[in-house]
Amino acid sequence: MSPPETAMEPLITVEDVHTYYGKSHILHGVSLYVGKGEVVGLLGRNGVGKSTTLKTIMGLVHPHQGKVLLAGRPVTNVPAHKLARLGIGYVPEDRRIFRLLTVMENLRTGLDRHGVTEARKQELLDKVFAYFPVLAERRNQAGGTLSGGEQQMLAIARAMMLEPKIILLDEPTEGLMPRMVSQIRQIIDVLHNEGVAILLVEQNVPLTLEASERIYIMEKGAVRHHCAASELKVDHPVIHQYLGV
Amino acid sequence: MSKRDRIIYWTGFCVVLALLIAAPLVLPEFWRRFLTEILIWGLLAMSSDILIGYTGMVSFGHSAFFGLGMYGAAAALLLFAPPNLWLAILFGLVGAAGVALFVAYFSTRLRDIYFAITTLIFSQIFYVIIFTWTEVTGGENGLTFRRPALAIPGLFSIPFDSETLHWFVLAVVTASYLILRRIMQSPFGMVLQSIRENEPRTRAIGYPVERYKMMAVMLSGLFAGLSGVLYAIQNRFAAPDFVYFLVSGEAVIFNVMGGIGTLVGPIVGAGFFLLLREAFSRFFTEYYLIPVGIIFIAMVIFMPQGLLGFMRRWLNR
Amino acid sequence: MEFLQTIPWDLILIQTLNGIVTGMILALIASGLTLIFGIMDVVNFAHGELFMLGAYMGVVVLATSGSFWLALVIATLIVALLGAALQVTTLRPLLGRDPLTTILATFGISLVLQNYALWQFGPVARKIQEPFTGQFTLFYLQYPWYRLVIAALSAAIIGGFWLFLKYGTYGIWIRAATQDRVMAQAMGIPVPWVLTAVFAIGSGMAAASGVLFGPLVGVNHAMGLDWVLKAFIVVVVGGMGSLGGSIAASIFISLLEAYAAIWVSPAQAVIVSFVVLILTLLFRPTGLFVPTPK
Repeated sequence: MSPPETAMEPLITVEDVHTYYGKSHILHGVSLYVGKGEVVGLLGRNGVGKSTTLKTIMGLVHPHQGKVLLAGRPVTNVPAHKLARLGIGYVPEDRRIFRLLTVMENLRTGLDRHGVTEARKQELLDKVFAYFPVLAERRNQAGGTLSGGEQQMLAIARAMMLEPKIILLDEPTEGLMPRMVSQIRQIIDVLHNEGVAILLVEQNVPLTLEASERIYIMEKGAVRHHCAASELKVDHPVIHQYLGV
Repeated sequence: MSKRDRIIYWTGFCVVLALLIAAPLVLPEFWRRFLTEILIWGLLAMSSDILIGYTGMVSFGHSAFFGLGMYGAAAALLLFAPPNLWLAILFGLVGAAGVALFVAYFSTRLRDIYFAITTLIFSQIFYVIIFTWTEVTGGENGLTFRRPALAIPGLFSIPFDSETLHWFVLAVVTASYLILRRIMQSPFGMVLQSIRENEPRTRAIGYPVERYKMMAVMLSGLFAGLSGVLYAIQNRFAAPDFVYFLVSGEAVIFNVMGGIGTLVGPIVGAGFFLLLREAFSRFFTEYYLIPVGIIFIAMVIFMPQGLLGFMRRWLNR
Repeated sequence: MEFLQTIPWDLILIQTLNGIVTGMILALIASGLTLIFGIMDVVNFAHGELFMLGAYMGVVVLATSGSFWLALVIATLIVALLGAALQVTTLRPLLGRDPLTTILATFGISLVLQNYALWQFGPVARKIQEPFTGQFTLFYLQYPWYRLVIAALSAAIIGGFWLFLKYGTYGIWIRAATQDRVMAQAMGIPVPWVLTAVFAIGSGMAAASGVLFGPLVGVNHAMGLDWVLKAFIVVVVGGMGSLGGSIAASIFISLLEAYAAIWVSPAQAVIVSFVVLILTLLFRPTGLFVPTPK
């Protein structure tokens, strides 16, 4: 387990962010942080703004109010493509891989960057193919022909091509079979061991509690609860309160 | 609309109307005709607003409706002697309605950009037909004819001069505005606006969206044709140039400049554009359309709601 | 048997060649249009004017340098830059807004460009000299070499571009941004600049067609209008956003029109393209050459 964050600047800080979609006020002052190499879970019912929070961090939507900081530097209005280059990886809900591009081309969208040697590119590819052998097999197949689980792997692999400092994972296990779910669980561990921070949005509570070090719980566009993951069990009253059916 | 709003609205309306009635009495001939033309183009743009502003369908086909209205009137004025005003109007409306039916049939199948491009191509189809069918339409040279008199057969006959023609056009345009406003405020108009806001939702509620769209196109086509008739009467000629898709483009420009979804906005837009063009043509004799075009582009970027856009909600209450 | 003799075989042969030549040029124009539409949902009304300006640039460079090929290259580059400038100033601010606004903006641009050309070059048509004359003999007919060269060149440009799209890094960026602009950004692709580049490329392609086609027709300020219309038809018939479809549709429609021109006047032959459009919309609205979605 990594040491508790103390005086070091967190990797990602979200400070009192208000985000709108058109006229809808989705985020009502969200504040959270993710430290270097930390795995942090973000829980909450559907529609509370978890995905919007991730999109705000990624720069895909810009907040009306509030700040987003990357290692202490304000990046609130920096466009998404620059943030990706600065080390934020994003794996959205529905995976959203490029269906008409092959697996290899999908990976290349992240791999083809300035300042990366051919050798390093090959290293990254080898690594990812080692973790996801199925992608190696299908490397020349169009993304749209992959199964749901394979697409999820491709989405994560693609983000890894950016050599990110943090990966924003939005409901990675949704719609996957249990076997795939545990594979995702393993990947989270692997990434964690490599020092990549993860902000994990999930509906799967047990998995999130197991994988994360800290938990945020959101409701109605704001963070309502924040604690160490170890303090929560699946049947904890707080879980029932914010996530219970 | 609250009582107070209503008073303000109708007062404004009457003031503007009074100004327009008085105008030909004080303006020199050139400006008299200019004003009449603004009204006619304004009517065309207003008809286009039904589709763009209220139903959310961008159409570049209005030159076809306008053109057919013009040629329809021409047909009546050439076929029957003495030239009869009411027949001209009738023929023009029928011609425009025919085209509108044709376009309406396709409108139901296409959305957004496809609809826009297709209407543009349709107006070009009519252009080509009119341009090449020289025996009937006079081809490139168009048709010339005499202006009919304001007449009720058997009762009276007053030939038009530029003043009375202006008042006639004003009457027609005003009546059209009032009718259209009434229609847009009726349940029918409300459905159209709901289609503009959220078509799938409107369909899900149970409205036969296709049928409403077709009726919107027919309505729009009729009034566009009417403006074509008025143009024919004023200018005494019909030419294929007016069926070219650029005319539709101008109608859309008037709409955007004036403010879509307001009905009067397009008339103001027409006036604004035509005045700009006139003014610039005096300073930059050759390439006056360049600054006008630049102003238009700037308006699209910085003032997309148009000149009267800020009044849109108010005008529709 | 007698019927077979009344068929004007030699005319058909010539018109087949003409149709292919025109088709390739149309394909070059339409490709640019499709590309632009596919990646940024912009219906570029000004495309015909870019074609026209390309032709005029060709006239100017040819007059000063005497080299047709230099004219081709320079005209393409200048108009590509112009396209980039236009996109950055007028289309970028409109990104994300109602698609109507981009149609209007490009319509406004076309108005300005047309009148600019009219102002600078006057209403009299100019001519671009063919780079070489000479005809070859096909059976017993004569057909100008130059026309074949244009067709080949257009095909080469399109082919080269297709290869770039398929294999080049930036080609992958363009394809990714066309499919999913948001995720392309999240992958670090500088999408705003990709859009500008695509608009520039499309403009350049239109300009190249203008120069290539220049010797065949007169160069005048209104030449863009008819072509943009035809290009739109081709794009819709070919399936909006489908590069292969636009190319196929270009050749298909051009051939049909060329054949029709044997019997009717060219002004009337354009009705062919209109009819094809209507039939496509009625029966296969997603595009004639695109498999119907299930």
